[in-house]
Amino acid sequence: MKTALAIKDLTHGYGRQPVVNGVTFSISEGEFFIIIGPNGSGKTTLVRAISGAIKPQTGQVQILGRPLQTFSRKGLARNIALVPQAAPADVPFTVADVVLMGRSPHLNLLAIEKQEDLELAERAMAFTHVRHLAQRRLDQLSAGERQRVLIARAICQQPRIMVLDEPTAPLDLAHQVHIMDLLERLRTEENITIVMVSHDLNLAAMYADRLLLLKDGILISLGQPSEVLTFETLERAYGCVLLVDENPVKKVPRVTLVPNSILSARFREAEAGCSEK
Amino acid sequence: MPATTSLAQPVLRRILTVSLLMGSLLILSAFLGVSIGSTDHSLSRVLALLFSLTDADPTLSSIVWRIRLPRVLLAALVGSTLSLGGLVFQALLRNPLAEPYILGVSGGSAVGAIAGILLGLSPFPGVAFLAFAGSMATLFLVLVIASARAAMKKDTLILAGVMVNAFCSSVIMFLISLTQDSRLHNILFWLMGDLSMSDTNRTLFLLIALLPCFASLFLLARPMNVLLMGEEMAANMGVNVRVMSVALLLVTSFMVSAVVCQAGLLGFVGLVVPHLLRLLLGPDHRVLIPACILGGASYLVLCDLLARSLPAQGEMPVGVITAMLGAPLFIILLQRSRR
Repeated sequence: MKTALAIKDLTHGYGRQPVVNGVTFSISEGEFFIIIGPNGSGKTTLVRAISGAIKPQTGQVQILGRPLQTFSRKGLARNIALVPQAAPADVPFTVADVVLMGRSPHLNLLAIEKQEDLELAERAMAFTHVRHLAQRRLDQLSAGERQRVLIARAICQQPRIMVLDEPTAPLDLAHQVHIMDLLERLRTEENITIVMVSHDLNLAAMYADRLLLLKDGILISLGQPSEVLTFETLERAYGCVLLVDENPVKKVPRVTLVPNSILSARFREAEAGCSEK
Repeated sequence: MPATTSLAQPVLRRILTVSLLMGSLLILSAFLGVSIGSTDHSLSRVLALLFSLTDADPTLSSIVWRIRLPRVLLAALVGSTLSLGGLVFQALLRNPLAEPYILGVSGGSAVGAIAGILLGLSPFPGVAFLAFAGSMATLFLVLVIASARAAMKKDTLILAGVMVNAFCSSVIMFLISLTQDSRLHNILFWLMGDLSMSDTNRTLFLLIALLPCFASLFLLARPMNVLLMGEEMAANMGVNVRVMSVALLLVTSFMVSAVVCQAGLLGFVGLVVPHLLRLLLGPDHRVLIPACILGGASYLVLCDLLARSLPAQGEMPVGVITAMLGAPLFIILLQRSRR
């Protein structure tokens, strides 16, 4: 399988302390790849470097076998689309306008969108179920609708790779599943490589081919969900006790939070059990 | 159902329709501007003169061609530039209250102009040049202050602009407090915005300087749309945000400075016209840029007409009209957009 993304020894920081520190990995074409990790572990910085939004201090990013810096801005935009975490919500454009903007890396300065551009936008809107909202303004939509519009915008860009930074964070459960199913379909039907950041370990385990676990900018674990989501690794990454068992709907790990009160009660029981013996 | 029914009307047709409508409005306003003035000549006579149907009365002819037409043209250019400047700054700084003067352009050029008047320079090129130099110098200062912080953040830009403007006002107050003679009148007129100093050559000169600016801004209309989606998304859609921002800043500041040094400080045009048009036409800059050029021109031509014809004797600075009309209009717009 061909490599979509190859990241080699990537380091980037904003002050003296690096936020991403010497990370190396690669992603195959058509892979569903999810980056997880605690707050401030460098996930967002990593995906921003991958999508070319920031230039890493050291290290290399290769996209489809070519170094990122050899792409023109538009060329890069035709290959990789980013759905950022904090997209502005107060945009006065209509949904159709926003989705159609995804065509801009394919158009010259003076060019007017052609019929085929309009049709692509239509298809993208139909794909994410926002076609009925086409004439509504983006700032009048709910968070779930807006997220679907932004994904349609990214689809309309016709990228080979789609990078999403916590696309499900503000959404309720039904919308989370909807978005994730959508991404899964994009991958299987259009063979688009999906790279996303998520805080939701269970959602990540259900959909990802492989997970990458970051902590303090360092790659802690990389592999299939069953390899990454283990009790020891998670305790090391998050610094708290998490229960790991098997998900009842799919053979992947399921992670459960354990409240401290329950944890200490169990400890006391165990201690009591030990002293009885 | 055809595939495109849910998408907006094709943009080319909208641009043409809006330009046609706004263009007709401008022609109508310009005609009124040329026809009405302090000397009493009936509309039909001016009409006859304009279409050279009769042998023209030489006085009327010279009033129309030498005095009123250059003035209408100057008003149109100033109106276009300030409206377009407002539109660009509102998009660039993603701040609906941004206007062409926000980055210190007004303060700097005022200091330059007043210094020129006090030095006894001729209005053109002396005072105009100093005003232009002043605004470009303050703009440069603002950019240096703003980019001293690692990234050129829009808030830093606005803050630096406000501070530099405040400093410039104190310098203006100082210069005014030193002035007692007739030059004070000139200074005050300049500060209030004044189109009475128009003449054909200067206006043509301005036209030649401004047309390339208008054209290049129109070329940047689509990236400006994308910029409204936020810098990160714009970058991801192939827009070089930094180069775009600097280009927009430079072109806009250049044209605003060029206009300010001819016409003084005219408030509210750059605020009211873009907002009004955005309310009517939506946010697409490919439509808004031609609309602002033509609509802003009509607005200022009509304001200048009021400034010339309202007072029984003489005239008032057009800046008084733009502010008196503009401020209430802006408040109404603000109320409506809240709903």
